[in-house]
Amino acid sequence: MPTFVRTEKCDGCKGQDKTACMYICPHDLMKLDKDGSETGHVMKSYNQEPEQCWECYSCVKICPQNAIEARHYADIVPLGGSVQPLRGSDSIMWTIKFRNGTMKRFKFPIRTTPEGSIDPYAGKPEADMSKITGNGFFVEQNGYHAGDPSELVRA
Amino acid sequence: MGEFGNPEVVEESVDILLIGGGMACCGAGFEIMRWVEAARKDGHDLSVKLVDKAAMDRSGAVAQGLSAINTYIGTEQDPADYARMVSNDLMGITRDDLVYDLGRHVDESVHLFEEWGLPIWKTDENGERFDGSRGMTPLKDGGKPVRSGKWQIMINGESYKWIVAEAAKKALGTDRIQERIFIVKLVNDKSDKSRIAGAVGFSTREDKVVVYTAKAILLAAGGCVNIFRPRSVGEGTGRAWYPVWNAGSTYAMAAEAGAELTMMENRFVPTRFKDGYGPVGAWFLLFKSQATNAYGEVYMTRNKEMLDDYPPYGQAAVPSSCLRNHLMLKEMKEGRGPIWMDTVTALANLRETLTPREVKHLEAEAWEDFLDMCVGQCGIWVGENVEPEKKNSELMPTEPYLLGSHSGCCGIWASGPTDLGAPSEESMDGVPDHLPRGWNWGYRSMTTIAGLFTAGDGVGASGHKFSSGSHAEGRIAAKAMVQYCIDNKDWTPELDTPVEVLVAEIYQPVKTYLEFKDYSTAIDINPNYITPKMLQFRLQKIMDEYVAGVATYYTTNAEMMAVAEEKLSMLKEDAAKMRAKDLHELLRAWENYHRILTAEAHMKHIQFREESRYPGFYYRMDKNFVDEENWKCFVNSVYNKESRQWTCFKRAHVDLVDKSTLFK
Repeated sequence: MPTFVRTEKCDGCKGQDKTACMYICPHDLMKLDKDGSETGHVMKSYNQEPEQCWECYSCVKICPQNAIEARHYADIVPLGGSVQPLRGSDSIMWTIKFRNGTMKRFKFPIRTTPEGSIDPYAGKPEADMSKITGNGFFVEQNGYHAGDPSELVRA
Repeated sequence: MGEFGNPEVVEESVDILLIGGGMACCGAGFEIMRWVEAARKDGHDLSVKLVDKAAMDRSGAVAQGLSAINTYIGTEQDPADYARMVSNDLMGITRDDLVYDLGRHVDESVHLFEEWGLPIWKTDENGERFDGSRGMTPLKDGGKPVRSGKWQIMINGESYKWIVAEAAKKALGTDRIQERIFIVKLVNDKSDKSRIAGAVGFSTREDKVVVYTAKAILLAAGGCVNIFRPRSVGEGTGRAWYPVWNAGSTYAMAAEAGAELTMMENRFVPTRFKDGYGPVGAWFLLFKSQATNAYGEVYMTRNKEMLDDYPPYGQAAVPSSCLRNHLMLKEMKEGRGPIWMDTVTALANLRETLTPREVKHLEAEAWEDFLDMCVGQCGIWVGENVEPEKKNSELMPTEPYLLGSHSGCCGIWASGPTDLGAPSEESMDGVPDHLPRGWNWGYRSMTTIAGLFTAGDGVGASGHKFSSGSHAEGRIAAKAMVQYCIDNKDWTPELDTPVEVLVAEIYQPVKTYLEFKDYSTAIDINPNYITPKMLQFRLQKIMDEYVAGVATYYTTNAEMMAVAEEKLSMLKEDAAKMRAKDLHELLRAWENYHRILTAEAHMKHIQFREESRYPGFYYRMDKNFVDEENWKCFVNSVYNKESRQWTCFKRAHVDLVDKSTLFK
């Protein structure tokens, strides 16, 4: 399904050099049409290569205007359904509409810490250079398994 | 400032360059800075840079999210059990040293993910399961994960990559990260071709070519997607199972640098929910669903005697993934399709033992499985009015994929750990003299090119590392790269090719376009160039029709591959005539160049291995058997970028853990 941008909602991320969807798309699909020469819509973004869209929804989730939706691939899927998320700071809400009108809503947690709060080395030891060629990492948190040496038939 | 056709050239010298921003490079970025700090105290000031062709928050195979972590060893199992499972799933030919080493390290990364904020499902003392937002005991303190299988644990993983990237970005700092830079070539050292000296690429946002010199490089740019014609060829082309932006860059760049590849004949043909490629793991393992033919017969039961054709791999408690495909394909080929995932019966059975609250939770779990990692499958369900408790879904084997971190094991031959009894000699003839003999040669995770390291999909002969294992593998490589740089502190890398030559080569598709664009009135039809898109179609047609794609039910033979070889060689020549009308198309041009080399390696390896090692993934119909006596060995290769020829050879396989216990 390629994702598509709703003309009336997209504000081109307010004239910044790049839009949120351009920033995030892993496959370089989203493009800002600065002068309208590509789409007829000035300063709005669009999916420039829909047949390469993985449907990862990265652009849908990040758009500050909720201007991006997905129309599931026309070469496979009957029309009429939609799957639309609203991603918050700790959870994501999905609104699911079937072709026959059935609706479902789900909410799932996405992280247990505030976004941007990770302090990767807080409370962690420094690396010990005398151990750089050994097994294990600079920090150990009950996850290293030395293994049963009798299993190693040649060691 | 550069302009289209005349890019600005930026040269930068670093000690360590990380190519890629996926799980492996995020692991490396987190681990490496602590060692860099420690090295600085010893008087070694090492510079580090990470370059990603996308944005780290959503790059790599985990960009969309995941609903499970597929490798978590836990306390119940030994790394040797893990090595046995991986070996059997990949038909006996894996590097136990690499797999075992991953198994003993991987849980460390999972414990970090949880600390950083990844919600991990837990079970309470009564066995009831809860999602990861409940603040129950962390795994590192003995919390009990929800096992969907022996090795898998369930997560609420929509933001999995976002979280892991945040930690890596914080550890590295923004000055050490450059996004939207696509590295397309590695450069060897001028005075020693067996060493790496740098890498070159371009910005997909500005007219800029970047030239890095580096002592050590971690090449971890994913697996390879879209070398075979996909089952959907319209808009659905992008709905690949593995991420469509994995273009084989890891394998192609390593090969051109002279690094030894391994098991490039291996492929993965996942059986998935048809068209959307939704994951089946939770349905089989967590919901206990069964897959049947059109008439409700379970093909794993109906055709179970077919497993006896492939001893001992068919006789394990869990037969290899390829053999499960093999049994399903019989139903399809004999006209008993479609194949169904019986979700209706599975959910009805579960409802019998659950409370209404648990049933509601179960429905949400089923949807979350797709919404976390494969929204496209939900798109198909809503479009076709499929509610899994009311209507079954079709399964289908996909087009082939090349990768080394999921259930596949192609990749680069990498140096392993030294304490597990790995061979120090090579007992088979034919290995080119310049290559190492044993399974470790100084630095863990280093390829056969000095200073070039790899992780994740890059490390061959060791599948089933998945997201967590790729992260751990990046961390393992990070330590070794720091040590390598310290040991080579007095050595200065020097590129073997002048910068202007490299720049011209990278921007050739742009030059071609600008030179010829006015020759014809239609921009895409011009005898002087080929669009990257059409080149990709040609590649996919060749691979699909001659190298065991879906068109031939995954069959080929030596004669078909001879045809493919000729067509691929012409395609490789024509790649020099690709055009790029903008930077986006320049990205596609180089991705497709990488795809061609990866595809060629795949074909050459299948051609060399005179058996059918992975029934259900591919069949050489002229050698349609597994030949344990002659082919229970690695097939490795090196590429000569001057002659543009591959040299394939055998390396001996050795078990480091006892595999016989699998088959009792």
